[in-house]
Amino acid sequence: MIEIKNLHATVDGKEILKGVDLTIRPGEVHAIMGPNGAGKSTLSYVLAGRDGYEVTEGSVSFYGKDLLAMEPEERAAEGVFLAFQYPVEIPGVGNTTFLKTAINAIRKHRGEKELDAMQFLKLIREKTKALGMSDEMLKRAVNVGFSGGEKKRNETLQMAVLEPRFAVLDETDSGLDIDALKIVAEGVNALRSPERSMLVITHYQRLLDYIVPDHVHVLAAGRIVKSGGKELALELEKNGYRDFGVNEAA
Amino acid sequence: MSNPSPLQPMTYSTRGADPATAPGFLAPLDALPGGLPGAGLPWLDDLRSAGRERFAAVGLPTIRNESWRYTNLRDLGKVGFEPAGASAAAIDLLPTVRAAGESGPRLVFVDGRFRADLSATAGLPAGVELLGLADAFASHGELLAAHLGRLAAADDRPLVALNSAYLADGPLLRVPAGVQVDQPVELVFVSVGTEGAATARHPRSLLIVEAGARAVVVEHHVGQGAGTTLANHVTEVFVGEGATLHHYKAQREGAAAVHLAHIAATVATGGCYDNYILTTGGRLSRNEVVSRLDGTEARTHVSGGYLVRGNQHVDTTTVIVHAQPNGTSREVYKGVIGDSARAVFQGKITVCPGAQKTDGYQLNRALLLSDTAEIDSKPELEIHADDVKCSHGCTAGELDDDALFYLRARGIDRDTAQGLLIGAFLAESLEEIAEESIRDAFQRIVSGWLEEQK
Repeated sequence: MIEIKNLHATVDGKEILKGVDLTIRPGEVHAIMGPNGAGKSTLSYVLAGRDGYEVTEGSVSFYGKDLLAMEPEERAAEGVFLAFQYPVEIPGVGNTTFLKTAINAIRKHRGEKELDAMQFLKLIREKTKALGMSDEMLKRAVNVGFSGGEKKRNETLQMAVLEPRFAVLDETDSGLDIDALKIVAEGVNALRSPERSMLVITHYQRLLDYIVPDHVHVLAAGRIVKSGGKELALELEKNGYRDFGVNEAA
Repeated sequence: MSNPSPLQPMTYSTRGADPATAPGFLAPLDALPGGLPGAGLPWLDDLRSAGRERFAAVGLPTIRNESWRYTNLRDLGKVGFEPAGASAAAIDLLPTVRAAGESGPRLVFVDGRFRADLSATAGLPAGVELLGLADAFASHGELLAAHLGRLAAADDRPLVALNSAYLADGPLLRVPAGVQVDQPVELVFVSVGTEGAATARHPRSLLIVEAGARAVVVEHHVGQGAGTTLANHVTEVFVGEGATLHHYKAQREGAAAVHLAHIAATVATGGCYDNYILTTGGRLSRNEVVSRLDGTEARTHVSGGYLVRGNQHVDTTTVIVHAQPNGTSREVYKGVIGDSARAVFQGKITVCPGAQKTDGYQLNRALLLSDTAEIDSKPELEIHADDVKCSHGCTAGELDDDALFYLRARGIDRDTAQGLLIGAFLAESLEEIAEESIRDAFQRIVSGWLEEQK
């Protein structure tokens, strides 16, 4: 269970999150919607532990542990996964090397035996097959020369391989056309399970047609201002964020 | 402009010699145990005494010399280096690019002197000559007289003069016209330090690959034992018409080593001289590579990588001379500089009058791992022809924070993530190594360095 309590965070001395409260139980999928500048990406980076995002108040408990006290790699090993809005291109680092290093780091943290080359290949073949992906992406450098859709599928593959308990999907729909969006959403849906919770961060309702959440929250000006079921997303689609003091076409 | 001496933070042991009255580099020559091999050969005596006179007149290069502006040898001059004599020391471990159990041609030089007991020349194609210069003085006098000192001129290079003054031994490789040597020829240079002493060795290498021939040479430079060592190498390379020499070098000398090397190559029509230097060792090191394209349609690759940390100082100074038309040169240098280490890169491309259709490319990229790491970079194009294509690029940067966070967000700890990114940065340079077995071996050296970095 993830419990975010009264979370305040600043970036470059400017307060972006102003008291976020959110509880996510195992298996639940929550969506956070909000206008630009509401603090959506800040929330995802704070949860993943990025430098430059300073928590000034509040707490995040992750299955009983103090998440905010952990380094980014420890959070990942504990089961936090951030699917990046803009996956980073890393020339010279092969996708396979990257995935193998990551899974073995996490297995080591969990006290499991590291996978050898053969075991890893077997696992990666299973996962790519299950996601309907080709091996070809594995042979390239991490995200280098990938299309927007390929980058997001690569994020999904990483999630499938690393098997997190909690995945934060930051604007997964950005930069995707509808076909690519459907493919990525299918991949994400395949990873839904009673043990795995997800936080889907998005500006648009469109994504939630494909990744259907259990709960929807509206983040505006650094706070969650409204929570509801999936129908709240449709309401926002219709009325925009006007009701929350934001004058913006949704 | 302040120019801190790279040797300053280090304490040299000089066997109690007062730096002000230290004997300097040339004084102990006569006292060299056993004298110098080949003494009495007129051409060799001449070469040595010319070097000796020249060095006596000019001394070590100073930072007033444009080419030495960023590497200060002042403190080196205060050290009373004694010439290292022939050594029978047991060698702990001989580096190789070969797989375990494989053998191949190899010459080993300990403190600059050939060690037959550690060397092997079996299996070379007929006509290929691979031996130590000290032995060759008598048997190959004419060949040596015609080549030694021809490329590495002592006039404006005091360290070449010093090397000639002490010229005693080093590898001679001659591949006759049309012969292909498939197996890499390994040349191993071991500096054996003596506790509490400063010793100098001056190996000379001569590599001759005649018309249409091909060879792959891999040099390993390592050190063992305590004490300060100076290795002052000079290598002369002759690449004949249509010939190819792949010349790789890995310098992994010890933390108190000074490694100074001058490599001078000439490439005839249609020939190719391919040089790659990987540096991880030495307190102070400098590689000067001068590659002259003296024939048309000649090619040269002068590339390398270096990884330094602590207070290491590494200097790469290259000069590529396009003396004839239709030549191609390619230079890709990448360096990783940590802690308070300092790197120098000086890359000059000269296109002589008439050397039309020259294609020159130079890239020098440095990765700085700390705020106190430093690089001085000086690319220089000197073009005297009008129909040429020459480009150079030069960057210095830090590790990409976004990439580092991305890797860490996948569970990879900071050190490992940094290692992956540094390895990726250097990969582009290692790809310049055409020979796979050598690329793999050099990759292992890089991986080893990264492991120690953790």
